Formats: sequence, structure tokens, C-alpha cells
Amino acid sequence: MVRRLGLTGNEAIAYAVKQCDVGLVSAYPITPQTIIVERISDYVANGEIDTEFVCVESEHSALSACIGASLTGLRVFTATASQGLALMHEVLYATSGLRCPIVMAVANRALSAPLNIHGDHSDMMGSRDCGWIQIFAENVQEAYDWTIQSFKIAEHPDVQLPVAVNIDGFTLTHCLEDIEVLEKEDVEKFLPPRKPIYRIDPEKPMTFGAWAMPEYYYKFKLQQQEAMENSIKVFKQVADEYGKLTGRNYGVIQSYGLEGSKVAIMALGSTCGTLRHVAKILRETKGLKVGVIKLWLYRPIPEDDFISTVENVETLIVLDRALSPGAVFGPLGSDVASMIVKRNLDFRLLNYTYGLGGDEVSMDLADKLLRLAVKVAEGVKPTSLTGYLREVV
Amino acid sequence: MVTIREVPLGEYWGPGHSACAGCGPSITIRLILKALRRPTVVVTPTGCMEIVSSSYPQTAWGIPWIHVLFENAAAVASGIEAAYKYMAKKGLLEEKVDVVVIAGDGGTFDIGIQALSGALERWHKFTYICYDNEAYMNTGIQRSSATPKGAATTTSPAGEVIPGKLEYKKNLIEIAVAHHIPYAATGTIAYWSDLMEKVRKSLEADGPAVLHFLAPCPLGWRFDPSQTVKLSRLAVQTRYFPIYEVENEVYKLNVKVAKPLPVEEFLKPQGRFRHLFTPKFKHVIEDIQKNVDGNWKNLLEKCTVEK
Ligand SMILES: Cc1ncc(C[n+]2csc(CCOP(=O)(O)OP(=O)(O)O)c2C)c(N)n1
Ligand SMILES: [Mg+2]
Repeated sequence: MVRRLGLTGNEAIAYAVKQCDVGLVSAYPITPQTIIVERISDYVANGEIDTEFVCVESEHSALSACIGASLTGLRVFTATASQGLALMHEVLYATSGLRCPIVMAVANRALSAPLNIHGDHSDMMGSRDCGWIQIFAENVQEAYDWTIQSFKIAEHPDVQLPVAVNIDGFTLTHCLEDIEVLEKEDVEKFLPPRKPIYRIDPEKPMTFGAWAMPEYYYKFKLQQQEAMENSIKVFKQVADEYGKLTGRNYGVIQSYGLEGSKVAIMALGSTCGTLRHVAKILRETKGLKVGVIKLWLYRPIPEDDFISTVENVETLIVLDRALSPGAVFGPLGSDVASMIVKRNLDFRLLNYTYGLGGDEVSMDLADKLLRLAVKVAEGVKPTSLTGYLREVV
Repeated sequence: MVTIREVPLGEYWGPGHSACAGCGPSITIRLILKALRRPTVVVTPTGCMEIVSSSYPQTAWGIPWIHVLFENAAAVASGIEAAYKYMAKKGLLEEKVDVVVIAGDGGTFDIGIQALSGALERWHKFTYICYDNEAYMNTGIQRSSATPKGAATTTSPAGEVIPGKLEYKKNLIEIAVAHHIPYAATGTIAYWSDLMEKVRKSLEADGPAVLHFLAPCPLGWRFDPSQTVKLSRLAVQTRYFPIYEVENEVYKLNVKVAKPLPVEEFLKPQGRFRHLFTPKFKHVIEDIQKNVDGNWKNLLEKCTVEK
């Protein structure tokens, strides 16, 4: 049964959490994530869900309380953004190291200073090596869908890792969209109660969080790495199953217009919608063919799928919505570069930073970028291979 | 009064842990675990007792035990307590489980104070126990806000002009009581029966409880490891560390010290105060004595009940 609801990104995530039989939510408010926490508080206050809501005094404590509950065996959710994610930093590593399958929504927002509440990916990119699976949603429908799928991916016995569902601050968190939602019974069938492999159990006393000498430490870390690698297979299985249920087909990577095109733009999150829209217009009105590649799954980076996607691409412009001061490429640019080097591929790679602190990519800017891409593909030398998008196109 | 016959013979703090000889915190934990009343989960933040007990693949813990980070023990405990509440609500829990934090003074007075305050305010039903060895011992004896005035640590060294730590110790129990919790108390191993009774009482309290146990550290305080219990007793007998409890905000003195020894008796056996016994810094001992007397007087004024 399909129902349509008008929800903002934050509301859609709260709605998904409501349907996922979550045992505990612990969170701390921060713009632009606050409404997720408020809606969940409403559900609890109105008795619509039995979830324990632990309204803590900081994000550090929020994720710490989540770890406690997750190790006790519950399905657990939290949400944060920006400074909140930065404050959680050390707890993020503890979560993945302790193999807690917690799901967290990250309402991507710039980091201070200067203070800025608007969208960019600096928060998640600052924690990209924290051992969490990282998904980027493009719109509100995806925010809802990925939240539900994330619990299933995280809790899979071959994975047992936390998942961050990223949604662009304001662009998605606060934008109302008409989305399809599942009935609770369907979600329950798709996502049965969590079955923890290990949990705190006085009947079987166990020690959690022991420290490890060098001969053990790296083995723990390699197991985490292995779980990360396993998660790609699980991710695809879950997306397939979800696709059968909803008719919405997800995967690790999505591409548009690569047929007959040797040039593409690659990005994460909501900007991909704008890029695709403008690419379509240029293709239909001007005959200019530029592809758009979007990663749904950023960690683990879906290397094989990326390589097969760019098989015919000769020029790729990678967009990063986070600055990596002093580095040659931004985080996504560096990831792409490393895949290209590893596979010994030969193509022209450009990497522009964009969208910092809510400096959104308008259709006009997207149009300029796509035209530049076409020119570069034709052999025109760009003014710069890197730089800030607005300044270089 | 717990009598020696009533102390369970079972050990939940396993032999083979790597604590120093004469480690006060280790003795404290052994007593705490013997005083538990039912299945219990213990959370310990980073610090000496975490390190000595959990070197993978070994553990000294005979009951479920968790370490996550340094400043978040109270928050982790909040999540566990809330999880059990949820399980009870859903009929998933066969037997009730107690949640206890056992944390150092650094993890409590300093970096963990925010998480502790939050957990108390949210009224999680748990017992938070601070074993106070008066410095960051795990990292090599650095000052904490529980380090007493005059003590030399590696970050408050006794130098030519500065006589060790200049500031007085923070009052943890007052901070706890300010949250209007039903039970807060001090204790120390020399008064083992009192200590164990307080653990039990805290678990039975109708809300969060905080216990502050002074735990002498031979290495950090620089005394002979055979003297741990004696130092614990001297801390009380000099009125340096009063033994009292606060039940529903009513104060009760548990160990009357009618004829207190001068505070020097507590300071003298400890290398960390050695510099105070020189003409240059002798005045600090007077300050400490005055502070002890003042604290005792204030406490007595609050104690409307005597035991
Ligand atoms: C965020 C953070 N800062 C610093 C440390 C380093 N550190 C580990 S244990 C410790 C001191 C512990 O002191 P205390 O809580 O008094 O316990 P003790 O070792 O004295 O038993 C410090 C500073 C850390 N692990 N984490
Ligand atoms: Mg200490």
C-alpha cells in the first residue's frame, strides 16, 4: 500500500524512525537537525511510539548513551549536524570500534568559524574516516528510504557497523516534498526486530571495550575494514529488497546520461538533482551531452561500481562540498583520484569545491559548469583544474 | 552494619589484574562488587582501573563491564539504564538489572562532570561511584580538581617558588546534592563495612546516587604500599576526609571524629607533601589545617542527624 505525505527532510526521517521500532533515541538539538528531535519527542509524548527518548546535555553524551543502549541490544537512532558531529568525533570512532549498528541522520552543515548554519559537507568529511557507513540522500524521498534501509544494513551480521544518513542542511532538512511512505506493517516485515550477536547480558557476563596491544589492535581494525567491505554486498541486497517493496530502485551509485557522453560531473547529495536537471535541458535543447554521477554510498567507496560506471568517461569533474585546506583535491576528489591511480586509468580529472556554508549551486551556475565540462572534453584548457566553483567557471 | 560474616566470599574482581601492590582503588572495587544486590552492569571510563582490568584478551571483571571513553561513563550508563527501562516496558526483561559506574576522580570531577550532571538531572536510576585517588594516575600523576592543596603532581610540581597545587579540592558531594538526588555519600576502605553498606543503600535509593570513595594510591601519593588502609584511616581520623551521607538532602555524619589527629599525620607519610615539611612552605600545612577545620565545621552544621 502506498501513501503520500507532504514532509520536510527532517520530518521524513522522524517518520521513518517512528516506523522502525526503535528502542532508544538519544540526541541533542542543533540547526538544521532540530526538527528531527522535536518530532520524535512529539511521537513519544503522544504515546505513538514506545521508544525511550534520552534528551541529553550534549552530542557527546547523545552518542555515548546510544552506545550504551546499542550494546544492551536495542535498535538505536540519533541525529546531529555540524558542531554536534564535531563534538561527537571521538565517540564516532568508539561506536564503530565497538561495532554498534547505530543509525544517525546528519543534517549537513558548515563548521564554525565563522558561524554558519547553512549546508555543506564539512561536518561529515571531517569525520569521514570514523568507520561509519556513509550514505548521502539527494531528496526527501531518499532521506526517508535510506533511514529505513540503514537499520537493515547496519544490523546485518556481516556488517555490524553504524550508518550515517546525510541530508543537506535546509535544502533537504527544511524543504517540503510530496513523498511516498510505507505502511508500518510493511516496514515491520522488511525490518524485523534487531537480533544482536553480542549484548550486555548478566547471564553471560562479557567485557566490552577492552584495550588492545599492538598485536591485537590492528586485527580489530582489519575486522572493521572487512565489515566495511562486506557492507557493499549487503547494501545492494537491502536496496534490491527495498526496491521490490517500493518500486524505488537504489544502489551504491547512480548515473544519468552517460550513454554517448565522454564527460561527466560527479557529486554527493542534493546538488545532483540540480545538475541532472540542467544536464537534461542542455541535452534536449542544445545537444550538449554531459553525464551526472552521484554516489549514494560514500563509505565504503564503491570502487568496482565506480570503475564500471566511468568506463567510457574521458573527462570527469568531481565536486566537493567541503574544503580541505592545503590539500590538492577535496575529499571526494581524492577518493576518485585514488581509484583512478589504482586501476591505472587514463582520464582527465578536475576537482572543484562548491557550496560552502549554503552557497547553493543555482541552475545558472550548473549551466556554466556543464558548458565548461563540454569545452574541457573538447580539448580546451580550463583556467584551473582545482579551485572554488563559483570563481573558476 | 555489615559484619565480616555477611561479606560474600565470591570474587567478581578477578585476581591477575595488573594494579600496583597496595592499590587503594583496586581494594575499593573488590568491596563494591561484593556489596551488589543483583545482576549488575558496570561502566568504567578510561583510567587506571580500566587499564589494569581489561587488557585484551583478558578481563578481571566477573560481571558485565563496559569501557567506552574517558568523559562519558555517566552518559553510557544513561543509555544502558534507559535500555533496561525499555526492555522492562516491552516485557523483554526477566530480572531487573542494576547499573553502576566506577570512575576515577579525573573522569568524575573534571572531564566527566558534564555527563554526570546531565545523568543526575535526567534522573537515571543508577549509582555513580568515584574512586578518588586524587590525581590522573593512569597518565602519570597529573593534578585534577580532586587533588588537594599542597600536593605535588607532575603538572603541579613542588618547585622553588610554588609549593605544589595551589587550589583546594572540589566538593563532589555538594555538586551531587545540588541535583536533589536521593542519596550521596562518602566512604573509604578503612571503613569497609560503612562503604559496603553505602553501596547497597545507593542501589536501593529511589533515583540516582553518587558515592565518593577516597582511595589512596601508593605510587601517586608516594607512600609505602603496605600502608594503604592506614592512610585511608588517617584521612578520616584527621578529619581530612569526613565520612557522611546525604539521604534525601538530610546530612548525617557516619564517623564521628571526637579527637582528631592533626592533618600533618595524614600528610607526613606521603611523598607528595614532603616539600611542605620545609621552613619555606610550612605555612601551607597551616592553610590545609584551617581548611580541614572549616570544612568540618560547615559539615557539622549541615548534619542534623548523627550516627
Ligand atoms: C579525551 C581524553 N583526554 C585525555 C585522555 C588521557 N587520559 C586517560 S586516563 C587519564 C586520567 C585518568 O584519571 P582518573 O580519572 O583520575 O583515573 P585514575 O587513572 O587516576 O584511576 C587521562 C588524562 C583520554 N583518554 N581521553
Ligand atoms: Mg585519579
